[in-house]
Amino acid sequence: MTQSRLHVPHPPARPGEKPDFSYLDIPPAGHESRPDTLAPAHEIERLGTGMVRVLDEQGRAVGSWNPHLEPEELQVALRHMLLTRHFDERMQRMQRQGRISFYMKSTGEEAVAVAQGMALQPGDMLFPSYRTQGLFIVRGKSLVDLMSQCLSNTRDMCRGRQMPIMYHWAEGNIFSISGNLATQFPQAVGWAMAAAIKGEDRIAASWMGEGSSAEADFHHALTFAAVYQAPVILNVVNNQWAISSFQGFAGGERRTFAQRGPGYGIPGVRVDGNDFLAVYAVTRWAAERARASGGPTLIEHVTYRAAAHSTSDDPSRYRPKEEWQAWPLGDPVKRLKEHLIGIGEWSEERHAALERELEAHVTACWKEAVTYGTLTDGPTLDPMSMFEDVFHDMPAHLKRQREELRGLTAAQHAAAAAKVSGGEG
Amino acid sequence: MAQMNMVQAINSALDVMLGRDPRVVVFGEDVGYFGGVFRCTDGLQRKYGEHRVLDTPIAEGGIVAAAIGMGVNGLRPVAEIQFADYIYPAFDQIVSELARLRYRTAGDYCAPVTIRTPCGGGIRGGQTHSQSPEGVFTHVCGIKVVMPSNPYDAKGLLISSIEDEDPVVFFEPKRIYNGPFDGDPHKPAVPWSTHPKGEVPEGHYAIPIGKAEVVRPGKDVTVLTYGTMVHVAEAAVRLAEVDAEIIDVRTMVPLDVDTLCTSVSKTGRCVIVHEATRFSGFGAELSATVQEECFWQLEAPIARVTGWDTPYPHAFEWDYFPGPARIVAAIRSVMEAR
Repeated sequence: MTQSRLHVPHPPARPGEKPDFSYLDIPPAGHESRPDTLAPAHEIERLGTGMVRVLDEQGRAVGSWNPHLEPEELQVALRHMLLTRHFDERMQRMQRQGRISFYMKSTGEEAVAVAQGMALQPGDMLFPSYRTQGLFIVRGKSLVDLMSQCLSNTRDMCRGRQMPIMYHWAEGNIFSISGNLATQFPQAVGWAMAAAIKGEDRIAASWMGEGSSAEADFHHALTFAAVYQAPVILNVVNNQWAISSFQGFAGGERRTFAQRGPGYGIPGVRVDGNDFLAVYAVTRWAAERARASGGPTLIEHVTYRAAAHSTSDDPSRYRPKEEWQAWPLGDPVKRLKEHLIGIGEWSEERHAALERELEAHVTACWKEAVTYGTLTDGPTLDPMSMFEDVFHDMPAHLKRQREELRGLTAAQHAAAAAKVSGGEG
Repeated sequence: MAQMNMVQAINSALDVMLGRDPRVVVFGEDVGYFGGVFRCTDGLQRKYGEHRVLDTPIAEGGIVAAAIGMGVNGLRPVAEIQFADYIYPAFDQIVSELARLRYRTAGDYCAPVTIRTPCGGGIRGGQTHSQSPEGVFTHVCGIKVVMPSNPYDAKGLLISSIEDEDPVVFFEPKRIYNGPFDGDPHKPAVPWSTHPKGEVPEGHYAIPIGKAEVVRPGKDVTVLTYGTMVHVAEAAVRLAEVDAEIIDVRTMVPLDVDTLCTSVSKTGRCVIVHEATRFSGFGAELSATVQEECFWQLEAPIARVTGWDTPYPHAFEWDYFPGPARIVAAIRSVMEAR
């Protein structure tokens, strides 16, 4: 007699245990060869099991995926990644001090958003997830604006309606971040379909974590993208952890996430997500393919969520504290820095100066942002504005509710004023 | 009796049922090893093993669908949806499948699934961590809808939900997980140990689904409410200095029409309070029921105090939240009407 048995995935290490990343297959840098941009999906399935890597252990750029960027571009990349990191650190501290209600850092994953933001054209439409703040930084959104959103102040692009980090930027072609997972993935496909319908050369890109790939929206996105050969780049950022669930709970024990692409007839490319050059090169390849009517690409970025999921999370309860130090793909900032030093285009001194400059910049931006108000101190947004934008034209029932709130607020102010003057008398 | 907050009471209900009934399984995102983002399942995987307390992939539709399959195959699944705001990917499985399985198979199949989900605002959660979607589910035929307002009820009602032969959506108002909340965010937090309903038996007990509770007897006006708003209504009644009868509805489906209408028939006045939006909210059902059953005893039009008909705005949480001032105003208007 046989009996089935439930398999429950186990991460390689829990708190108190030794970090173990032996489950990761990591080929040497330069091992994968870059195929023709329009290679048929079935001929390049190997890209889903290998790992595109350009930077080797000595910080050299090797192999056919090397994008051969100018040193100036690499220095800009390093600046964007470092700025993202400093911004994250400051906002985390401000949350701890009660100045903002919530925050999510992207520490350790900065290369993904920064490299992809730089590899795409300004007209390309980005459908970000909540850990791709680097996209906004690459496209030039000011930190004051990002901070103002986190503060829900008078300069907040969301007018106080969204939790911190749920940015958007219409002029910069960056879509609204949703607190609900995976929803933007098939929306990006629809945007790309529209670009193809209109005959434009713009493409779309979207991001989600590996955990979110369990949502049905992931399947919707890949099916629609494959059916219509939409010009879209779909990115799964495999940072190993979805709050407390390791990537095995999203199906990562059996296949790579990139390997799901070929199942839909889409190329799947697995890339070293902490290697700026590799992420840049793979994104350029997928973008050229999409623009040349080659259809969608699924990219899996192998990286590590060095920070907590959010300021509400405590990862020491579910993973070893030392995991980040043991992560075999290293720190993306450090790797690009070492590469630049290796080619004689950077130095420890310049790096230290850049860090000081960025820290001062972040401080100046924060000082300016709070002048537009904080959650507790003025100037504040007008609460009556909460009734706007529910619809294009405000219906009568919302106008009535707005007047009710206005009357109530006036009565409360009058009562408070009476209390104050009573106290004085 | 033990002192428990609402998280501990829910944990205790799950513990009791896992211990008593080998068919009970508990699962959801982060509920296993981690014990849930609100700690409601803390320690249960260690105690009952990972075949009965499971982490799941992030897929709410998958969680509910798997619960249905398990329920059909003889288990008693208790699924957690991490925030009520995340329940919508499971909507088709709940509405088209879970709610109708018994009906469409003439009773040959059913899935006694309990879906637990934290709801409500007041935690600076913005529009994706603050919603109260109970009215969306009360409109669906075939699922029971429950929302407790204190630890004692939470445990007793959750045990009843798990033991129920029908599917139940069990809403947990997260603002009152750690203590009752009177609607004033500037006051220091009050723990459940200060409240009589923070006394919770450690063993098994059940509070029947479908029974409302009079939490404050009174003769001048009836306040119908549930969840967090029970405590806000109590504070408002103290401020309004009226002899109000406050009823905690507790179960929206099935609704305890007798208790509600006996009270309104006695007082002749009715104020309905919920945190959810107003238009087509559950208050509309309460109002219609009271009007149908108590029309000749009503001395004044029924008033509703609810969240505004907008998404929950992050910055204006306390302008949005239907606090004591709005409830007092509604009570006064109902008292003054002739």
